[in-house]
Amino acid sequence: MTRVVRVASGQGFWGDWLEAPRRQADGGPIDYLMLDYLAEVTMSILQKQKERDPSLGYARDFIGAMESVFAAVAQRGVRVVANAGGVNPVACAAAVREAARRAGVSEQIRIGIVTGDDLLPRIDALLAEGHALANMETGEPLSTIRDRVLSANAYLGAPPIVDALGRGANVVVTGRSTDTALTMAPLLYEFGWRLDDWDKLAAGIVAGHIIECGAQCSGGNCLYDWRTIPDLANIGYPIVEGHEDGSFVIYKHPNTGGRIDVHSVSEQLVYEMGDPHSYITPDVIADFTTIHLERAGADRVRVFGIRGRPPTDKLKVSIAYRAGFKALGTLVYAWPDALEKARLADRVLRERLDRLGLAFDAVHTEFLGASATHGALAGPAGDVPEVQLRIGVRGPDRKAVERFTREIAPLVLNGPPSVTGFAGGRPKTEEVVAYWPALVDKRVVTPAVTMDEP
Amino acid sequence: MKIRLLDIAHARSGDKGDTANVGVIALEPRWYPLLERELTRDRVARHFAGAITGGVERYELPNLGALNFLLHGALGGGGTLSLKTDAQGKVFSTALLRLELDVPDAEARRLGLPGAGG
Repeated sequence: MTRVVRVASGQGFWGDWLEAPRRQADGGPIDYLMLDYLAEVTMSILQKQKERDPSLGYARDFIGAMESVFAAVAQRGVRVVANAGGVNPVACAAAVREAARRAGVSEQIRIGIVTGDDLLPRIDALLAEGHALANMETGEPLSTIRDRVLSANAYLGAPPIVDALGRGANVVVTGRSTDTALTMAPLLYEFGWRLDDWDKLAAGIVAGHIIECGAQCSGGNCLYDWRTIPDLANIGYPIVEGHEDGSFVIYKHPNTGGRIDVHSVSEQLVYEMGDPHSYITPDVIADFTTIHLERAGADRVRVFGIRGRPPTDKLKVSIAYRAGFKALGTLVYAWPDALEKARLADRVLRERLDRLGLAFDAVHTEFLGASATHGALAGPAGDVPEVQLRIGVRGPDRKAVERFTREIAPLVLNGPPSVTGFAGGRPKTEEVVAYWPALVDKRVVTPAVTMDEP
Repeated sequence: MKIRLLDIAHARSGDKGDTANVGVIALEPRWYPLLERELTRDRVARHFAGAITGGVERYELPNLGALNFLLHGALGGGGTLSLKTDAQGKVFSTALLRLELDVPDAEARRLGLPGAGG
């Protein structure tokens, strides 16, 4: 029998199902447990937490996840790869170590810590050296928001994770690694693929893309024939069964719900896709138009034929910056003529905001139940039972946003009739931390691996 | 005859900044050429006129029986800046599937499209 390497996805974002890591570790044999915690906005949330407490800044759910899989790691040789480190991988590793001590397994836990992604302390030096860190979408130079930057992290690829595995780590904690590297690195390490074997590296990236959102490829959020997808309450998260030649099978543990077929995998492949010819990562550019899918049994899909080519000399950088304040208020209007009443309330509220002289960068109104998600495409709503008025403002002036939050509740008594649903009190004003994608020369970023051993 | 995209394709959408992507996948592989011919960039741009502030790009993935559309300026600034319920473009997928294509009756029957009789 040819050798296979099994990489199981146990978390698709910070906030995903707490049960999933343990179910993957205990539901059948696996070699690696891959946990993806970082979305674009997550780094900025973590940076704010670190500012308040220097021992924080990582995905704290990860500690509970580790506690639920320590037995598998310590006794059955399962290795964990996670980008849970956020903006503080060292503190994250220390928390894992402490949890391992409490669980009495510290002797068996070897943690590899990947750092080098944090560019925040170096931003001014980089700008001075001529790295513009311009916004990839708008072209604006970073200097326009320099004084509001909260965090800046380069997306690292697979090699430092491979290095950590090679040094014996059975738990690898990274900061801002790419989501796909978390899956590709174990395959690269186990099969000893060359770093210029573009097709195989691309295959590893595609495998990572398919399982990086957890159950979103195994029946979760799946539109195709959704009514017949069995037992979502017991959904199985996906596992990559990797082969040395770069082909792989997506499957899930037996006796779990959900569904893995060509349709569910196809939906995940197109998720957040840009130009399919060029899925750019630090290690390789994968061509999604070369992917072939075929059924390989019940809840098994074989993926093969993937082609790749050399990467660029840049790394993507995720920069978070303070971008003003926002608040959202809601009220519910009931039949009859619910939409008409909600529309009148919106006009009244806007007129009052104008008279108060409050200026915002954006004021946005939606009518949930009538047109919030599909807008005019939804067509006439008819005389629906109720409509939720949802109005939001965003602007640089916290005081103006806070004044807005006090203008919602009065409408209950001094606006249109048949209104309810205000029990939550005044809306909260929150600071907006926005995302600034940029590129930087690869040569200025040096990933590092340190080992935390018992 | 009019064929609703929902009856011949499934879809998933997501975000990248202020751009929503919608991947549209033919329910049957033999229906993909029809999608490639009829579901043009301009057709999709007309469908979303007024709902997005930027342009539309289209990419073909015949290997998956899929088309990928990028809808620029779709998310009210995107990410945390957006005030929209669907700030991450998650349900642009079904918004696109509302689109109706004009398909010659004979072709609809030949392809066995839903509602074409046959």
